[in-house]
Amino acid sequence: MPPAFKSIATLSQELKNGEVSSRQLVEQAVARIDTLNPELNAVVCLEADQALANADQADAKRAKGEHSPLLGIPMLHKDIFCTQGMRTTCGSKMLADFVPPYDATVVQKLKDAGMINLGKCNMDEFAMGSSNETSVFGACKNPWDVTRVPGGSSGGSAVAVASGMVPFATGTDTGGSIRQPAALCGITGLKPTYGRVSRYGMIAFASSMDQAGPMAHSAQDCALVLNAMAGHDPLDSTCDNTPVPNYHQTLDHPITGLRIGVPKEFFSSHLNTEVATAIDTAVRELERAGATVKEVSLPSTDLAVSTYYVIAPAEASANLSRYDGVRYGYRCEAPSDLQDLYVRSRTEGFGAEVKRRILVGTFTLSAASYDQYFMKAQQVRRLITQEYDSVLNEVDVIAGPAAPNTAFALNDTSKSITDMYMEDVFTIGANLAGLPAISLPAGLVNGLPVGLQLIGQRFGEAQLLNVAHQFQSRTDWHTRRPTLEAVR
Amino acid sequence: MHWEMVMGLEVHLQLATHSKIFSSSSTQFGAEVNTHTNPLDMALPGTLPVLNHEAVTLAIVFGLGIGAEIGKISRFDRKNYFYPDLPKGYQISQFFEPIVKEGIFDVPLEDGSTFSVRILRAHLEEDAGKSVHDAIPAHTGIDLNRAGTPLLEVVTEPDFRTAEQVIAYLKALHALVTYLGISDGNMSEGSMRCDVNISLRPKGESAYGTRTELKNINSFRFIERAIHVESQRQQDLLEAGQTVTQETRLFDPDRDETRAMRSKEVANDYRYFPDPDLLPIVIDDATIEDIRASLPELPMAKRLRYTEALGLSNYDANLLTQDRATAEFFEVVAKTSENPKSAANWVLGDVSAALNKEGISMSDAALSAIDLATLIVRIDDNTLSSKMAKDVFDALWQGETDVDSIIDRKGLKQVSDSGALEVIIDALISENAAQVEQYRVADEGKQKKLIGFFVGQAMKASKGQANPQLLNQLLKEKLG
Repeated sequence: MPPAFKSIATLSQELKNGEVSSRQLVEQAVARIDTLNPELNAVVCLEADQALANADQADAKRAKGEHSPLLGIPMLHKDIFCTQGMRTTCGSKMLADFVPPYDATVVQKLKDAGMINLGKCNMDEFAMGSSNETSVFGACKNPWDVTRVPGGSSGGSAVAVASGMVPFATGTDTGGSIRQPAALCGITGLKPTYGRVSRYGMIAFASSMDQAGPMAHSAQDCALVLNAMAGHDPLDSTCDNTPVPNYHQTLDHPITGLRIGVPKEFFSSHLNTEVATAIDTAVRELERAGATVKEVSLPSTDLAVSTYYVIAPAEASANLSRYDGVRYGYRCEAPSDLQDLYVRSRTEGFGAEVKRRILVGTFTLSAASYDQYFMKAQQVRRLITQEYDSVLNEVDVIAGPAAPNTAFALNDTSKSITDMYMEDVFTIGANLAGLPAISLPAGLVNGLPVGLQLIGQRFGEAQLLNVAHQFQSRTDWHTRRPTLEAVR
Repeated sequence: MHWEMVMGLEVHLQLATHSKIFSSSSTQFGAEVNTHTNPLDMALPGTLPVLNHEAVTLAIVFGLGIGAEIGKISRFDRKNYFYPDLPKGYQISQFFEPIVKEGIFDVPLEDGSTFSVRILRAHLEEDAGKSVHDAIPAHTGIDLNRAGTPLLEVVTEPDFRTAEQVIAYLKALHALVTYLGISDGNMSEGSMRCDVNISLRPKGESAYGTRTELKNINSFRFIERAIHVESQRQQDLLEAGQTVTQETRLFDPDRDETRAMRSKEVANDYRYFPDPDLLPIVIDDATIEDIRASLPELPMAKRLRYTEALGLSNYDANLLTQDRATAEFFEVVAKTSENPKSAANWVLGDVSAALNKEGISMSDAALSAIDLATLIVRIDDNTLSSKMAKDVFDALWQGETDVDSIIDRKGLKQVSDSGALEVIIDALISENAAQVEQYRVADEGKQKKLIGFFVGQAMKASKGQANPQLLNQLLKEKLG
């Protein structure tokens, strides 16, 4: 394995053995970002000096005998997490110059665990998109094929890991924004149960679904990082205080007798047939590992996308009202009056997709359409949740594809807006129901990665990571790396 | 035509919490601009509200105080609108499920009767900041110190027909919340703000007329005046065959008129929806009972006890219970002196006059209730005449303490020893033979005047310390 692609688990061991220093890892990461980023555009902010200083501190701690597994490991944050003193844009012109005076809880926790943050990753503007093309910094490219998208909205994070810049990056997932880019870039990405990881300091898109999670090469790495990310936070009322297990400890449990349900609705006309075959093969591998597989039904799957595209824009329309040009963020030149200040600051500061969703959300919440849209969507959301819960009474884990296709072409004008929304058809259900879900590499179709999605019971992250790790112990898809020939 | 006024009130009470409803910033009034603010108050990206449970407790206290039903599950909603003093672009409020549901609030009127106001609901919400127009030339500044201060908005049914009822309600509400300690009720600092919804209809008609909303009037006097001015304006319109426009109006006390604030008020769509950042407030019966057990005696119960057990008039009971500090002061005086009527007279008379003169309230007065009670005891045991008592009271008010030592020091002891008084009277009789002669032949009216003369002389001789009742009685005997 080339050094750039090593896992956290390996690097941690090498650091412990004194084979490498944190400074060396950070220097390697910075050099690789310098080489690859001009083409891939995964990193939008790099603070190398600060990272090196922190690496030296980590090395000093190691020298004193401290050996926590994440100490000194380089990483990147999705640019949706507020980082004290480090520009945080959320991929938007609106926040192009915003420097937060505080750290998000996730940022603080990973800092406390000793990880070295190098900077920030590209993303769809305000996490609204499935291709990373709505970013004010421009598109980010898929390292497996630079003419293709990495997926979104955590596209930059997925690319940074897949291309070996860093072994780990944070992502957030409101409708599939960790799992779909993880699938399209051939890495492992976990969206935890809603409430498992604090949302404090994570710039809000749709508050009832936003959830932060790890993006790395393997389930084992995700487990190591989730140990540090998860847990109650008094600053987030929706953050749960269910005790955090040691996710690493249960990775090796055998999965004999594990009950897997495969929803027939996930194998519909939306799904690319070659992707379907790869997923089917992956599920059979789990069966060989001792799991029992049966077909289950989630009849409201087709309603998930429209339900999501009522609720998420509604919440977003309010969440994004604070960007008004008054206190911080983009302000238009020479406003003539208050109305002009609002209208031009928001018109000029937000991109098209963000404005579209604000308009949709404003409409669905208006007095005349509230009952017909917002209320109805809330009812369907409850229905979808009940369907997932009832299936998860019969099986331990739901398995299926993470995305309907492999990575699609950049600037694909044949793709309509609603085609783009359909990218999330298999991932949205877990967000609406608040369930944990993971995407892991499960094959290559025409040289492009395919992601297997596993959806678990509420707070069942340990089981998901266990199943994913068992799969990865039997297969090598997660060790496949893009050649990056086009980049060098 | 005779017109009937119909009014409903919305009162915003600032709750007396130490920190804001969703952030740890201080709620103290009067700080330098934008110093009681943190990232949440400024709505920086990524910040999240965390409910201050002190505000919830105070809302429950209020609900129990008016005998309302407490919402076992209540929720927060977002009220969306753009305004520079509203940093998030939405206000967190309770629209769908308020914490306090329906209740009846009995408002005492001066004649001793009560007037029942139906409370529709009371809900928690956050206050906005303030625009500052005079700090930066040609610009408007924003002060976010107040943004996020907890408010309880108390909404009534349209039960008011006169301005007197409105004022009586507001005074009773003010008394209640200051009693309960849930708000300081300071109107000039905006702790209690009142919106009046007002319409007219022909007397006897049951349908309501079109209403206007008078916003944010912050003194009882202005509220009364605003109601008068606005009802007259509506009456003039209606009598001229014109219609009233539904709108928000502001009362301008300088010009003594109301004027339209936002004519497009009806077009506002606040797009309320449940706030996904906050969990529902779930309140169990045990919590409610704990809070109920901790409630102080409420003004209405106190009034009843003052009239029935202490024998006070409705009028006095009303006045004494208007604020908690006064009632508590009175109760100590009444209990210690064992003379509730005299205690009431002192508190509502001399004490109240002295407070008014200095422009302070009972809670700011240095006067000790025990001293005042001792003063009353010394009147009742004939140590002090009422005139002497006033001297002692003045000394107490000036900051002296210990009634008995004041009496000693001022030599104010009343002479109630009949032997000593007889000596004085005998001397007077022998010195004023002519008047004694006149007295003996005079009619009743004339006699009264002459007694007055002798009392005056005796008082002079006793340096004002003679017990006047005893003096009167002895004189009558001796002269008779």
